Amino acid sequence: METDYAIIGGGVVGLSVAWGLLRRGLTVTVLDGDDGSFRASRGNFGLVWVQSKGMNQPRYAQWSQDSAAIWADFANEVGYNTGHPIPLEQNGGLDLHFTEETLYATVQKYEKLKEQLGGNYPFEVLGHNALRKSEPHIGPKVVGAILHHQDGHANPLKLLVALAADVRRMGGRVLTGKTVTDVTKPDAFRVTCSDGTSVTSKKVVLSAGLGAAQLGPKMGFKVPIRPQRGQVLITEKLPKLINRPSLIARQVDEGGIQIGATNEEVGLDDRVTQPGLSGLAAEAIAAYPALARAQLVRSWGALRILSPDGLPIYQESAEMPGAYFVTCHSGITLAAAHARLLPDWLEGSDAAPDLEVFNENRFAVS
Amino acid sequence: MKTASPFLELESAPRVDVTWDGVPLSLPEEANLAAALLAAGVHVFRSTPVSGAPRAPFCMMGACFDCLVEINGVTRQACMLEVIEGMVMTRPSEMGAHADET
Amino acid sequence: MLMKRDFVIIGAGPAGMAAATQAAELGLYVTVLDEQLRAGGQIYRDVDRASKSLGNILGADYTDGARLTKHLRQSGVEHISGAVVWAIEDEFRISYTCEGRGAQIEADRILLATGALERPMPIPGWTLPGVMTAGAGQILLKQSGVVAQNAVLVGAGPLLYLIGAQMVRAGTPPAAMVETQTRSDMIRGLRHVGGALQGWRYMAKGLGMLAEIKRAKVPRYTGATGIGIEGEGKAEVVTFTHNGRTQRIACETVFLHHGVVANTQAARSLGISHTWAVAHGSFVPELDDWGQSDVAGVFIAGDGAGIGGAKAAEHAGRLVALKVAEDAKRLSTKDCNLMAAPLRRALVRELAARPFLDAAYPPYGAALRPADNTVICRCEEITAGDIRSYANLGCLGPNQTKAFGRAGMGHCQGRYCGLTVTALLADANRQSPDETGYYRIRPPLKPVTLGELAAMDGTTQDAAE
Repeated sequence: METDYAIIGGGVVGLSVAWGLLRRGLTVTVLDGDDGSFRASRGNFGLVWVQSKGMNQPRYAQWSQDSAAIWADFANEVGYNTGHPIPLEQNGGLDLHFTEETLYATVQKYEKLKEQLGGNYPFEVLGHNALRKSEPHIGPKVVGAILHHQDGHANPLKLLVALAADVRRMGGRVLTGKTVTDVTKPDAFRVTCSDGTSVTSKKVVLSAGLGAAQLGPKMGFKVPIRPQRGQVLITEKLPKLINRPSLIARQVDEGGIQIGATNEEVGLDDRVTQPGLSGLAAEAIAAYPALARAQLVRSWGALRILSPDGLPIYQESAEMPGAYFVTCHSGITLAAAHARLLPDWLEGSDAAPDLEVFNENRFAVS
Repeated sequence: MKTASPFLELESAPRVDVTWDGVPLSLPEEANLAAALLAAGVHVFRSTPVSGAPRAPFCMMGACFDCLVEINGVTRQACMLEVIEGMVMTRPSEMGAHADET
Repeated sequence: MLMKRDFVIIGAGPAGMAAATQAAELGLYVTVLDEQLRAGGQIYRDVDRASKSLGNILGADYTDGARLTKHLRQSGVEHISGAVVWAIEDEFRISYTCEGRGAQIEADRILLATGALERPMPIPGWTLPGVMTAGAGQILLKQSGVVAQNAVLVGAGPLLYLIGAQMVRAGTPPAAMVETQTRSDMIRGLRHVGGALQGWRYMAKGLGMLAEIKRAKVPRYTGATGIGIEGEGKAEVVTFTHNGRTQRIACETVFLHHGVVANTQAARSLGISHTWAVAHGSFVPELDDWGQSDVAGVFIAGDGAGIGGAKAAEHAGRLVALKVAEDAKRLSTKDCNLMAAPLRRALVRELAARPFLDAAYPPYGAALRPADNTVICRCEEITAGDIRSYANLGCLGPNQTKAFGRAGMGHCQGRYCGLTVTALLADANRQSPDETGYYRIRPPLKPVTLGELAAMDGTTQDAAE
């Protein structure tokens, strides 16, 4: 047996899982793509976010909360181990609203979810004036916001570097520039790449983002995922303008303000467009008028990996037991859960979290 | 801050008053702003947001962004601007890791 | 409602001006967008404003640019100056900023004539105030009549001799010339002496400039190594090793130069394929012999296609215009080829000396492979050692590296670090520059305020408004 686990995909999901397995003393080989791969891990918004998740599935809200609750501890450990500190701020996050109608509609949904979660859903509704106290630069068009105390944001790129370093430090083998073309299970698993590289392992985790579409069916998975483009803007470094993050904008630790994101169904097209950028700029200025004079320095487009209901998929293959499909579009928020909790599920231990609702079969046609 | 300049102006032109970082300067009207500031003895245009290191014009062609100045709240490249009477310029108020160290 | 142009040219340097004039003569509806306030590009920067005495200092090669600016004016081509292009999309909608307002223009065909950049030269102390590119020194002189009084010129290439000679004529000779080319480089260059002799006029000019520099008793040190710049908050001393001895030269300004490279930002943002050109020591766009790229309707001419100098740029610009006119059915294929023939011959003549120059004045090796603690990304202050560490963490290319360390994320978007990062990764991963790749370039090509962006939301604006 070459390795206990072969992990296909070395983005934040694959590396978080690898990290957790290595922490338990298992051996891991990660197979990662190349510089040009799509990589949602480096194009995301960096939120560690609880609110708005699982509105129709409380278990997902809980799973996000579980991850957020242990994120700081996880980040501290990885940062300490590697000397690559991971900036994280968990002082709450905002859902900004431009009309009373949408604000109250969301509040109703949150109240309902709060009940389903036994009261563990700490949020406040802030009218414009109350919001101004903590966000002095908020614009007059924002009628109010929902502040959720379990929300926060991190530096997702520093998370990625730190995980890459710690996985290696703990003896994980990371093979880069690899395209996995086949996975078979004569007895142990045999993972083969286009350049002839082959890895044998006891178990396999498929965490290759959009790259799972080709490979997944060969392993007995349905892979009901589709790409959805999000364009994101980032400004020059600015004096402190925004205190709490929202989906519209957040000020990153380096000083720039990140503005996002579109939700476009355009297939495998990660380009940015002027109309996309202009729309995002307009919304950001509506929320924070001072941004009108800020310079846009960079933009990017990244492809989310979306399941039909937007929730993660955690699935063991019925055809190839020991092969697992792990995919989500909240890889940053869930990094801590993937690192600390998911390995118990992969190992089938007593502490395994209940992830039944994230089974692929929920998409079966009736 | 304004000291003898390492640069010589070969030709003269009518001058106008501007303010740079609170200091009144007399610069040739319609001259390239970065060139005029250099000739007037401005050595350091800004400090980097990452480490606070001093910077001044490097490429003079709008590609390096080391000559940034702030005018009316907008950060602009001095090498892409011309001197206009009454211009008020400040150092860019960039924030970064260094900004906290004061 | 935008009126679509037959042909939009980005850049009003020699390639852009020549292409515009030629295209207009053939009846095309042409617009030139240029970010500078007056035509000329970098090489003929502000040639229309230069006084006679400044013209004498700069030389006839510079003042000759007025011929092109005059023809451009006379051609009646719409020339939008101060237009900073920040995005090119679809086929083709160009977004640009002019006088603080966003605008757009549509074109059937585009010529990217955005010229060259100085090859990055990361040496210790290169970010200090007072250190500039040799090109910057030229621009100071051309546009502003400003000259450095106590400058050291560092690096390799004929531009250093041009600047040195111009400074001598201005009465402020350089304190020293610290040159990195060695005698062996010269000897290697002589293998291309045939080409050098074909370009004899060009070579003669170079020798003339060297003679001026010598007459002014400017100290020249060739084969210099271990070059660094020191100073408290600004450049004060250039140190280097010459003939085994350490030298220190006091100065206030340092001009760096070890070649120029194609500026590929706009081309890359369009997804145009590029290859590593060993002779140029940089990536160049893949073009056919008319200057057409592998994105239909996008042409590239001038130094942006590969360094060839101002005269070559003119000829290449005209070739593009002929082809565009033929595409647009304003010129028969027969006439197009007839008119192209002398341009191609002229191009061959202009490029004749280049192999010699590239071999005799190669880039400074230590700047291509900087020491670990040398800053290589000026904007984010990332060092060469940082890049090497990211290679150890599995970064095969510059985009992973950018994600890991922010190199290339600053304002300049990799213009002054991209080639260095590619070279460092290629070395560390034992791959070629082509295999390593380059930064993914996306809009905005130049910063644009969010306010300008937002004002374009839901509408498109005509350049003429």
